[in-house]
This record gives sequence, structure tokens and C-alpha cells, in this order.
Amino acid sequence: MTLDSAAAPLEIDPLLDDPATRIVVCCGSGGVGKTTTAAALGVRAAERGRKVVVLTIDPARRLAQSMGIDSLDNTPRQVKGVGGPGELHAMMLDMKRTFDEIVEAHADPDRARAILENPFYQSLSAGFAGTQEYMAMEKLGQLRARDDWDLIIVDTPPSRSALDFLDAPKRLGSFLDGKFIRLLMAPAKMGGRAGMKFLNVGMSMMTGTLGKLLGGQFLRDVQTFITAMDTMFGGFRTRADATYRLLQAPGTAFLVVAAPERDALREAAYFVERLAAEEMPLAGLVLNRVHGSGAARLSAERARAAAENLEDSRIVDQEAGNAQGRGSAVPEGSSPEASETHEPPLEAPAPDESDASTLPAASAAPESVASVTTVEQLTAGLLRLHAERMQVLAREERTRDRFTALHPEVAVAEVPALPGDVHDLAGLRAIADRLAAGGTTS
Amino acid sequence: MSRLQVVSGKGGTGKTTVAAALALALATEGKRTLLVEVEGRQGIAQLFETEALPYEERKIAVASGGGEVFALAIDAERALLDYLQMFYKLGSAGRALKKIGAIDFATTIAPGVRDVLLTGKACEAVRRRDKRGRFVYDYVVMDAPPTGRITRFLNVNDEVAGLAKIGPIHNQAQAVMRVLKSPETAVHLVTLLEEMPVQETADGIAELRGAELRVGKVIVNMVRPHLLDEAAVRAAAGDRRKEVAKALAMAGVPAPTKLVGPLLDQAAEHAQRVELERDQRAVLAKLALPTYELPLVGEGMDLAGLYRLAGELRELGEVFA
Repeated sequence: MTLDSAAAPLEIDPLLDDPATRIVVCCGSGGVGKTTTAAALGVRAAERGRKVVVLTIDPARRLAQSMGIDSLDNTPRQVKGVGGPGELHAMMLDMKRTFDEIVEAHADPDRARAILENPFYQSLSAGFAGTQEYMAMEKLGQLRARDDWDLIIVDTPPSRSALDFLDAPKRLGSFLDGKFIRLLMAPAKMGGRAGMKFLNVGMSMMTGTLGKLLGGQFLRDVQTFITAMDTMFGGFRTRADATYRLLQAPGTAFLVVAAPERDALREAAYFVERLAAEEMPLAGLVLNRVHGSGAARLSAERARAAAENLEDSRIVDQEAGNAQGRGSAVPEGSSPEASETHEPPLEAPAPDESDASTLPAASAAPESVASVTTVEQLTAGLLRLHAERMQVLAREERTRDRFTALHPEVAVAEVPALPGDVHDLAGLRAIADRLAAGGTTS
Repeated sequence: MSRLQVVSGKGGTGKTTVAAALALALATEGKRTLLVEVEGRQGIAQLFETEALPYEERKIAVASGGGEVFALAIDAERALLDYLQMFYKLGSAGRALKKIGAIDFATTIAPGVRDVLLTGKACEAVRRRDKRGRFVYDYVVMDAPPTGRITRFLNVNDEVAGLAKIGPIHNQAQAVMRVLKSPETAVHLVTLLEEMPVQETADGIAELRGAELRVGKVIVNMVRPHLLDEAAVRAAAGDRRKEVAKALAMAGVPAPTKLVGPLLDQAAEHAQRVELERDQRAVLAKLALPTYELPLVGEGMDLAGLYRLAGELRELGEVFA
């Protein structure tokens, strides 16, 4: 049904079923359905018997609700209504809480309080452009260490660049470990020790400049923070390194998520290259929202030409219709309401007449004849709709082909577009079904 | 009339495209606009099919009527070094700061400083005048961070005030906030007619207003034409299959009976989507903000599509000017 793919199929079920798979990381640019994919994979893996936790970063409210949890928080909560022998737990990263917990776990109470109250720490933990990424990886490390789940599915933060979550831990780690920090700490640590005079001169020049720039209070906050954090720095670095190695380990699988659009696939290609460079194990590409057509053998051009034929004949028809006085003279507004009054639209038992007024709602409310449609008009509409669909299909195919030409080695699973949004477990299950099927047929 | 037009939107809604089209649309009749990028993605270069933008203002397009669009990819580190050079004549000391990681610290780790630098550069371009005292740019259009982060990004004052209570960064933040909170600035949000982007738009507007930032317009992007209404689809799916097949045959479509099913399936999906879009339009209407719609460019976004969207925006008229 979907575009036929030259790439190797990405088979989701074997990946999820394999007990050796312990971590699945979903990454990709914003707006491609990353979080939804992570949640759908969670539902599927659980229903196939695994004990799963899904770590989401910033889920849309509706998505959290679709897992039956009104507000996800920093603690994994079991999702009810998941069938099968497994279990699904879901949580949302609270970066400040996670950071606070690290501080509380690694410093004595007095020192912990000093850190938690420090203004620089408060801004750092709540907002700097990397804390979220760092804490996501920290949380992943914690979940893995607890060993309560046999599969962890992680969503990645909506970063400036899709790669930030790989870089941020290192950056924060090297900052906390780096020369600059040591310079800032120097006065507190070394006091007036003679041998360090030279360094202190350099130091005061630097802090002098930064002090001018940022304001003296700011630097003092940083220095206090750093002094208080001193004993924890090694730990930050060690944990960042451990998480990095965890991502490279054989039990980890990266799924790059994209939509069949130029920007999204360009970022996906970039990501694939970066993962290879970092020796991170890539399982494949999940291509969301791919359009298909059951009438693909009818080209856009032919459909459009046929529609034009019909529309030409329609003009004649309409004139005839008006002459007979059955044209619609109905105000626009009344028709939608009327049409909402009867539910199952596709089972409307329309009798023989070709006139729309024979529909149940229409006969109940004579005003709603607004949509008098001749069969020619209707068919022309169907054809135009199809032409539009074929155009989308062709564009998506071109975009995807560009990716597969660049990266023929990447397995692809295509997920056909759903007409609506996901609201519940059934919706997630439907996505997962499509995802699992999207890689097995080609 | 806002001279700084900030364009945000959920990921995937096409905010970079809309920002670029807006910059083109505003560059009519000899006007000059600057399109700035703050996230280092080189999205503008991709869109205009040029090589990566350096940290300098460079002409990238000529609009109809002789207008010009300049582009700038703002780099926080370079902006900081420039700034240090300008105010402190740092020279090699700047390089030394860079070497020990202080610049990295200031631009990536120190909370808010990066955003102050990025928004600061944009505001500087808004206020810049030439020798004769005229504004160098009639408009500055910013391709801003996505809706989820836009308020924090623009509201640098809150970020920085608690930290840098005095000093040039503090003053800079204050100056930037004055521009951002004035009528000179409008924040537009790009959305699609889908539930999640619309929800995020509503949340974003509440946040922006909470921070006293002016929300401009809601721009609904990639709007598809409504080719069939529900009633028509219902009728077609009923007993009219045979007639539709006959009409298809009449129009010269081969093997029409096999096509009726798939065509009706597509129509049913379309009708479902139209329904959802109507719901989302109703949600957007409740926001009580001017809302504009841009069509889906079927062939995918390229330069021609960009100019077409710019034309659409221009037709929407004086509204952005």
C-alpha cells in the first residue's frame, strides 16, 4: 500500500522481542512523531511480553493522556489497559528534580542545601540549554542501573539540533571538569599559597573580565556553587562517560525517526552519519506519516484530465438542473449542523435517486440540500482528491529515495499516515501495528 | 507596526519557511529586510539554495519591486567576541578566554547569556541606522526557536536578572527587553490544522502573554484545499458507487470499477480530516487573534514555492506591515 522501498525492511517485532535489546533510543528532529513512536513501541513491546518503561521528555498532554496518565512525572507509573503478559510503565523527565536528586544523593545534607539554594544552580538546573539532555541521559543511566525493566525506550529532547543529547553530557562534564572551573575554584581552594601566585594573577584577570561582563555577584554565585559541588565533579564525568558507553553497548538500538519531508530526512541522514561516527548501534529509520493509495495506478495527470472532462459536462448538467428549479438556495451555515445530526456517515442508506436530498438528514431537514451534488461533480472531486494524493506520494517518494540513495544500508520501516490524532491506547496500538507491518513488506 | 517580526511554531510546522516567505513579502517596493537565524541549523541557506551562511549580513534574495532580503546566521560565540571587542578592546585576551573555556562557558552553559546575545544582535539590527539616520533595515524577521522554548528565549530578562544583577550583560538584557516588549516586536506562531500543534500554539500564546510579550498573528501553514464536503462523500459511499464507476468510465478512466473503492476510501479519509480541521479552526478562533492561512505547496518547498508563499502573504496585505 505504501511506497515500495528499495531499502532493507526494518523489522520492529524481532527487535522488541529480543531479550538482548535493553534500550531503544528514538531520535530525530522536532515534529516527526518521535514521542508517539516511543509510546507506540512501548505498548507493543509490553503486549508482546516485555517489562517496559518509556521515558518521555516533553510529551504533549494528549499523548500522556493516551497512556491513561494525566500528568506524567519523574517516577515511572504503570499504564493500565495494556494487554498481554508484559507491563508498560511511563514517565516524563523532570530535569530539575533529577538534578536535585543527584545533588541530594552525593552531598551531605548541609552541602546539598547550599547547592540547591544557590542562584546559579537554580538557573543551571532549570534551564541551561543542555541540562535537559544531560538529565535525560542521567535518567537513562539510573533506570538501567535499577534493572527493574527489561526494556527501556527513550525519547530524546526537542533540541536545537537533534544531536545535542549526545554532546550535552560531554560538554557539561568537561565544563565541570575543565580548566575554567579549576581557575574559578582556585582562590577558594588554594588561598594564598605562594606557588600559585602566577595562576592567581591570571585568574583574577579572567574573573575580572568575566566579572565586568556578567556582574560580580554572578561570578561569586558560580564560585560558591562550584566550591560546594567540588566533591561531585568526578562523579558527573564518570557518569556521563558511563552513559555514553551504555549507548554504544550491543543491547542498545537507535531508531532515527523522520517524516517523509526534506528537512526531517536531511536531519535523519545527518544523524545516521553521526551515530556511525560515534559507533552507536543504529537499528534503522522509522518513517512516519507516509501516504499511500489503493488507486496508485491512476496517475495524477490522468486523474486531473478525467476530472476536467467531467467538470465540462457538469456545467451543462447544472444549467439543466437550475432550469428545473431544484438548485439549492440555502444559507451556508445551516448545512454543517444538519449533517452532524446523523452519525454513521458511510452507512447512509441512500435510495435510488441521484439527488443528495434523499439522504436521511437531508430529508429530515429540507434546508440541508446545500450539497446538491451531481455524480459528475462528485466523481470529479474524487479524481481531484486522488490527483492531490498522487502528488504527495510522488514528493514523498522522491524525498525518501534521496535518503536511501545516500544510506542504502539503513533499514526502513514506513508508517502509513493516520487521518486523525492519537488519543488512547488503541490509537497507539494502531500506530504500532502499522510500524510493525511497515518493515516486513516491501 | 512591528519592525521586529519573530516567527515561532512547533517543530515540523514550517516556521523557517514562513519566516523566509515573510521576509520576502515585507521586502516590497525597495524595502530591505533582514532574516536572522538563531539556532545554527542553516535552514535559511537550505531554503534559498545557497551555501552555508557565515556570520555576516549577506544579500540572499531580491524581491519583486526591487526589495532586498539579507540573511544572517547569528552565532553566539562570535557575537560575544565581537561584543567584547567592541566594548573592551579585548583582542588577544578574547582568544585566551576562549582557550580556557570561558567563552564556551558564557555562551553555552551560563543560563540565558546565549539568548541575550542572540536576541541582542537581532535588536541591534532593528535599531541600526545609516549615516543619514534612516533605519538600515525596514524589517527584521527572526526564525526563532520553537513554541515550546520561545517564551524562555525571548524573556531573557527573567533568566539573566536573577544572575547578572549588574554589568553589561545585565544592561544588555534590559535594553533587549525594552525592544522585545514594545510594539516594535510581534511574535507570530505557525501551526498546522492538527491537534498537537494547535494545542501547543494555545499554550505558547498563554505563556507569551504571561511574560508580557506581544503575540502577533497565528499563521496556519500547509492548508490543503477542501475538494469534497462530507455530504458528498457520504452520498458517494452510499448507493452511488455504480454511478461513480459509470462517470469514471465516461471520463475515460480505465478499469473504473476497481478504482471506486480506493477513491472512496481516500475521500472518507479526506472527510475525516476536514472534520478534524474544522474542530481545530474552532479552537484557533477562540484564541481571538488574527489568523492567516497559507496553502500547502504540493510539489514540496523550493524557491518557487517560497516566492509563491511570499505572494500569498503579501496579498494578506498590510497586515504584517
